Amino acid sequence: MTVPTQQITPQGDRSRRGRTGRARSRVAGSKEGRRAAYAMVAPAVVLLVLFLIVPVLLAFGLSFTNARLISPNPPRFVGMDNFLRAFTSDPTFIRSLINTFLFAAVIVPVQAGLGLVMAILVNQRLRGVTWFRVIFFIPVVTSIVVVSILWRFMYQGDGLINSMIDTITFGAFQGTAWLSNTNTALGAIIVLSIWQAVGFHMIIWLSGLQTIPEELYEAARMDGANGWQQFKDVTWPGLRSTMVFVLVTITIAALGLFVQIDVMTQGGPRDSTTTLVFHAVRQGYRQQETGYGAAISLIFFVLVLIVALIQRYLTREKD
Amino acid sequence: MSTTTPSRGSTGHDSAARDAETRRSKDEASTRRRRRLLVGYLPMVLLAGFFLFPVIFMFVSSLKPDAQILGDIGSPQAFLPVGDISLQNYSDVFDRVPVGRFLFNSVLVTTCIVGLGLIVNSMCGFALSRLEWSGRKVLLTVVIATLIVPFETIAIPMVYWVSKLPTLVFENNVPMYDFGWLNSYHVQIIPFIANAFSIFLFTQYFSTIPKSLDEAARIDGAGWFTIYRRIIVPLAGPAFATVAILTFLPAWNQYLWPLMVVQQESLRPVMVGMQYFFQLNTAWGEVMAYTSLITLPVLVMFLAFQRAFVSSIASSGVKG
Repeated sequence: MTVPTQQITPQGDRSRRGRTGRARSRVAGSKEGRRAAYAMVAPAVVLLVLFLIVPVLLAFGLSFTNARLISPNPPRFVGMDNFLRAFTSDPTFIRSLINTFLFAAVIVPVQAGLGLVMAILVNQRLRGVTWFRVIFFIPVVTSIVVVSILWRFMYQGDGLINSMIDTITFGAFQGTAWLSNTNTALGAIIVLSIWQAVGFHMIIWLSGLQTIPEELYEAARMDGANGWQQFKDVTWPGLRSTMVFVLVTITIAALGLFVQIDVMTQGGPRDSTTTLVFHAVRQGYRQQETGYGAAISLIFFVLVLIVALIQRYLTREKD
Repeated sequence: MSTTTPSRGSTGHDSAARDAETRRSKDEASTRRRRRLLVGYLPMVLLAGFFLFPVIFMFVSSLKPDAQILGDIGSPQAFLPVGDISLQNYSDVFDRVPVGRFLFNSVLVTTCIVGLGLIVNSMCGFALSRLEWSGRKVLLTVVIATLIVPFETIAIPMVYWVSKLPTLVFENNVPMYDFGWLNSYHVQIIPFIANAFSIFLFTQYFSTIPKSLDEAARIDGAGWFTIYRRIIVPLAGPAFATVAILTFLPAWNQYLWPLMVVQQESLRPVMVGMQYFFQLNTAWGEVMAYTSLITLPVLVMFLAFQRAFVSSIASSGVKG
């Protein structure tokens, strides 16, 4: 699901092996040990090959063919045709690319920032703070399908959101049918996406906050640092690796936006909410053009890969 | 943040003035404390309202007839179970769609993914963390590398792939093979059993358990499977809980995959079953009843095990 920044290195057991020495490697490296190891990894390896490695290779392979989901003819190699088609003669694809970037550009800073604010709030030493933590987390355990349907209902022209806006602004602001308006549909989806997922990142930030030793704050206070200075000089530097992780997971999730679109707008109105993955499913599954769908999926994958490489670069720099 | 009272230049004041000063600073301190509580709680209360209002609205609306839901929207009653309250929507849902069947399908698929996943991935993690064999490092690298592949990337090619896989069918009790995994339970389960992230978590957790335990057991003549089952598994409760929770949520919430591979109504899970409500005029009361129905079990589980939920999410993030 995500890219953990902590990698497993055999260093831990190497130091331990130093002590127990040769006896261990003789036992573990034994024929019986090897046979047990192969037997134990076999089910996972077979399944990973069949349902992860092969599909990844197929994504590459099929995107250069005209494969169709149900077709009497075998797939034919068509070179770069699918990619050319996407970038030169499929305006909906370009629109999907732009929408996906727009969505990510807004949601990454807003969701990460709000998550951090919430984490700081629920990290206070106040009575009942755990309950707020639980409440903020409730949307995360609610299925995104349910959330999308619920908000679709609330976003109607005569729905709950508009009546609440009407009450709060004393009728000064006129709402709209948020999801049927090309200017507001994507923004409306951004709001509910943040509502659903921000609690997850609050927890990640919170666990980052709790790794910062209390003594650092005490020392800063003794030096006369105020709240903002403590945040700037103690909290923020201590959250660096957490920040990279949060930004990367939000970006990757944002690039994969699908369910909200499928349930709420089907890409409309007038392509204002179509996204990369939604377009890939529409072409590759609903239109049964597997080859073209695979090409779009591959473009999506390349974007994710770029983000992951940036993460590697950022976390390496730290060491 | 600190509670020190402000010391304004008090030198040269007489005692009465000093008393007044102390009183004032005491008052000031208590207003400040009150303000601090307000500053501490107010944003949290506002945010709690933001996160709760849609959920409350959903549950409350599921108890009301459609006309009343729309009528209440303009007033605070939208969030209160008042008026014509009944479970009518729920019984209508059961009449209209095979909810029981959908729930059964989801429970079956989720249980298999989580249960089989725990076994397969923990065994793999055991071999990766505690046994020495050639290929160990390669597999570990591959597992870590595949963590970044989002499911959406491979979904389309995978539909194509499973539609070509051989499957066992019985015709007149004679086993035969046929092609295509579409419209079945196994197509919803098998691809999701092995999970790189679960393997990674197990490997990481197992490597924190002292290896001397294995050696002691080896000397007593225990085989590796026995060590896995009798020593490591009982010691790795937290890892199993974390993986169970982290695989349960996406399995229960599966949408894209069953949408594509299961057309047959009787095999569909709850999330896809929702589509039945959007055919003609949407009966929102029933929709709210259905969404409440499929949200409630997860919500109850979350509230019961909230500590475990939160800590497993935290462990999916950065450590150290």
